[in-house]
Amino acid sequence: MIKVIIDGKETRVPKGTTILEAARALHIPIPTLCNHPKLSPYGGCRLCLVEVKGNRHPVTSCSVPASDGMEVVTSTPLLERIRKTNIELLLSDHPNDCMVCEKAGDCTLQELAYFYGIRENRFAGERRIYEKKDANPFIERDMEKCILCGLCVRVCEEVEGVSAIDFAYRGFNAKIVPSFEKALDCEFCGQCVAVCPTGALTGKMWSYKGRQKDVRDVDTVCSYCGCGCNLTLHIRRNEVVRVSSRDDTINEGWLCAKGRFGYSFVNSPERLKTPLIKEKGTFREASWDEALDLVANKLKKIRAKHGADAIAGLSSARCTNEENYLFQKFMRAAVGTNNIDHCARL
Amino acid sequence: MGTGGIAAGGADVMDVFKKRLKEKGIQSEVKKHCSMHKVGCRGLCARDVLVDVIRYDVKTTYQFIKSDMVERIVEEHIVRGTPVAEWLVPEDYHHFHDKQVKVVLADCGMVDPEDIESYFGAGGYEALRKVLSGLTPEETIDVIKRSGLRGRGGAGFPTGLKWELTRKAAGNPKYVICNADEGDPGAFMDRSVIEGNPHAVIEGMIIAAHAIGSDHGYVYIRAEYPLAVERLRKALQQARHHNLLGENIIGTAMDFDIKVKLGAGAFVCGESTALMYSIEGKRGMPRVTPPRSTEAGLWKLPTCLNNVETLANVPSIIRNGAEWYASFGTEKSKGTKVFALTGKIKNSGLIEVPMGIPLRQIVYDIGGGIENDKAFKAVQMGGPSGGCIPVEHLDVPVDFESLTALGAMVGSGGLVVMDEDSCMVDVAKYFLHFTQSESCGKCTPCRIGTKRLLEILERITAGDGREGDIDLLLDLSADIKVSSLCGLGQSAPNPIITTIRYFREEFEAHVTGKKCPAKVCRKLLAYSIYEERCKGCGACVRVCPAGAITGEKKKPHVINPEICIKCGSCVEACKFKAIGRE
Ligand SMILES: Cc1cc2nc3c(=O)[nH]c(=O)nc-3n(C[C@H](O)[C@H](O)[C@H](O)COP(=O)(O)O)c2cc1C
Ligand code: SF4
Ligand code: SF4
Ligand code: SF4
Ligand code: FES
Repeated sequence: MIKVIIDGKETRVPKGTTILEAARALHIPIPTLCNHPKLSPYGGCRLCLVEVKGNRHPVTSCSVPASDGMEVVTSTPLLERIRKTNIELLLSDHPNDCMVCEKAGDCTLQELAYFYGIRENRFAGERRIYEKKDANPFIERDMEKCILCGLCVRVCEEVEGVSAIDFAYRGFNAKIVPSFEKALDCEFCGQCVAVCPTGALTGKMWSYKGRQKDVRDVDTVCSYCGCGCNLTLHIRRNEVVRVSSRDDTINEGWLCAKGRFGYSFVNSPERLKTPLIKEKGTFREASWDEALDLVANKLKKIRAKHGADAIAGLSSARCTNEENYLFQKFMRAAVGTNNIDHCARL
Repeated sequence: MGTGGIAAGGADVMDVFKKRLKEKGIQSEVKKHCSMHKVGCRGLCARDVLVDVIRYDVKTTYQFIKSDMVERIVEEHIVRGTPVAEWLVPEDYHHFHDKQVKVVLADCGMVDPEDIESYFGAGGYEALRKVLSGLTPEETIDVIKRSGLRGRGGAGFPTGLKWELTRKAAGNPKYVICNADEGDPGAFMDRSVIEGNPHAVIEGMIIAAHAIGSDHGYVYIRAEYPLAVERLRKALQQARHHNLLGENIIGTAMDFDIKVKLGAGAFVCGESTALMYSIEGKRGMPRVTPPRSTEAGLWKLPTCLNNVETLANVPSIIRNGAEWYASFGTEKSKGTKVFALTGKIKNSGLIEVPMGIPLRQIVYDIGGGIENDKAFKAVQMGGPSGGCIPVEHLDVPVDFESLTALGAMVGSGGLVVMDEDSCMVDVAKYFLHFTQSESCGKCTPCRIGTKRLLEILERITAGDGREGDIDLLLDLSADIKVSSLCGLGQSAPNPIITTIRYFREEFEAHVTGKKCPAKVCRKLLAYSIYEERCKGCGACVRVCPAGAITGEKKKPHVINPEICIKCGSCVEACKFKAIGRE
């Protein structure tokens, strides 16, 4: 453990801890736009600059590890001036779209503009104009709102291992693009959408479904597979309008395409709400008791006539581990056969 | 001959010489006195093609030689012994060399860069033999440290210290990289060194490898330098052939080889961390430090990256000793520095001077003063990262500290001389245009800030400057400097800061007076026809794209300022100099 002093407060942190992490542990706020605790440090936005005693120039707290005895100041007139200038620069190349932006209310850039009281802009000038034309089914990519923090690129490479997007072009025209600037064609896990601090990346199906007001959050567990990722459903007027995941969950906030974007079934009119029993070629609705009795009786009959090994069980990957365990137990102990398999093995 | 000499026709001149000499049978007759070889760049580019004729040990130098002049030289001088007086270099050619001290360039223009034997003849690879037979890595580092050699790539980092840090860093393998990216506009020092004496760089790299304990090296060189690449590859091949590279180098336990990696010409790829990503096949974007490259550089392993000129100094230092090298230069800046001297100067070319030489001597003694005897205005040093030095600081000693104190820098060694016809706002705009388009786009202040600086300069030079623009430039420059990630952004505002510091009134004239005192910024000029000179020929009317000029034939014409778009076409079209701009 090493000792660091930040804004006069002393703390002890393990070696390798960044100044930013140490400050956060002390509840000292430092603005950031390109940092994510689970991704490699980047140092692009330059908002997290702090002054370290003995250093001639400010350093990026997101990347510099604390060292023993280090004395850090997180807010000085110089630092605040630099932060304001850089936020102003970002906004000078940003559409003034908060009114109609999906991200408003949950946007880090908007929040910083608010805290730094930026309305007039000393640097108004040319703005990047891009056509929105990404034909993929899930992710809306509005690159005019992109602040080049690189979080999406890093999450795609470092967490997802896919590297579907990267930087292209230089300077003011630098841009995040899929290969050859074609439509995005990837896993569609939406990890990039989750880490994007602005409205540059959003879910296509979220559009105009509701932002922050009248939206209720419900924590639940994904029903798609046995992993049991934690989800947060964002619900407006009893309809799921968005899905996200908190980063303190077992899945650390990461989801797959199904968990993040495959929620439309919840409100689908075609969704099954009761078991169905087929009679004379057509299905009719039934109660659980009736359906289970029917299955139990048929299993017993088959076993009596042909023996237990005439029966086989195939379980679903959408069941939890516990459910799968129970199912094999049922097949072995109650039905009496080892004919048991699982779709994930096929 | 380097690229410049070849462009000026050097290869043709040489071919004709070969042919004529053969015709005259001189090759066989006077062979002991006459041999021909091609050499690298010898500095005075403005006078290419230069030819030395050495007849019975008397050296005579010709300038501006074209292939059709060769016959007369062969006939009159080589055969009959009378030099062609009117083609000889004048007296000042020798001044060009007087104030120079050549360490790195000593053999450039003397040895044949494509022949390792020629380099051997000049003492080549003796330094390497000395190191491998008698100096431990620590002793080698100590020599470099005592020589006071500092990085020639711009930052002036002590080379011996960099070697020591890499040697001490944990990790294996370790890498030596030679930075031959040279992206500054107008710079051609590193290119000339590789074209003129590639083995010196290779020898320097092998010695560096011995010092830090490396068996892999890279030369990162831009693909736009085809001749340098070719000569480098040839030199590497020859060095391998002589077992100076490869396994068990000259019979010792040392293994070391060098790969050539071509860069695609992005300025930012000269920045050390971006360069290493580029070698790894990634996008060339600088990264945050720590860790330093000496601990975790290429492939996250300890890496020592040095500039071409830095490495080319190494063999001479080892051969002649640290004290010899340290005898040139100043207290903190030892040795010599190569500069590319260009601009409005009589003798442009490649020069090498001892550190600490007064700038005035470079401009007036070596450079021969301002072209067409115009007034000196400023020197721009250090390229897009550097700054302008005005006449009142012309006596500044050229070393790392003194230049930085003035807001300029040694940088990579570009030295552009400007005369009274240069507009300093326009100069600043030129460099900002370069840096903003070469920014990698990673960090906010450089990506958007330099763009905004350029926009402000553009509006000032277009006559749309606003009150407060000069202070806005200074404020934004200060913020970009302190908050950018890498050297590109941190130094990009320097050209603006120094031009405002020394030429503020010129900025004010643009902003408030809407005038360009140097008459460079087109949009700020008003065009009019001098009645008394105008012959009414109508040439201007025909070229004016806006139809702003009217007048009867053979009577003075007039320009309607409301319609004039200030393109300047009419001025060039008028044979009677009857159109003026103010
Ligand atoms: C934008 C940028 C471009 C650079 N370009 C070059 C270059 O072309 N050649 C070079 O030797 N150094 C260049 N440098 C400096 C290198 O980062 C590095 O400091 C140098 O090569 C180290 O070698 P030295 O210690 O021998 O000087 C550049 C730096 C920056 C920030
Ligand atoms: S991304 Fe943020 S700042 Fe930009 S328009 Fe949307 S809400 Fe506003
Ligand atoms: S799309 Fe979003 S996450 Fe990606 S670089 Fe732009 S702002 Fe950052
Ligand atoms: S200063 Fe410029 S070149 Fe350097 S990292 Fe930032 S954007 Fe890239
Ligand atoms: S959070 Fe550190 S530079 Fe962006």
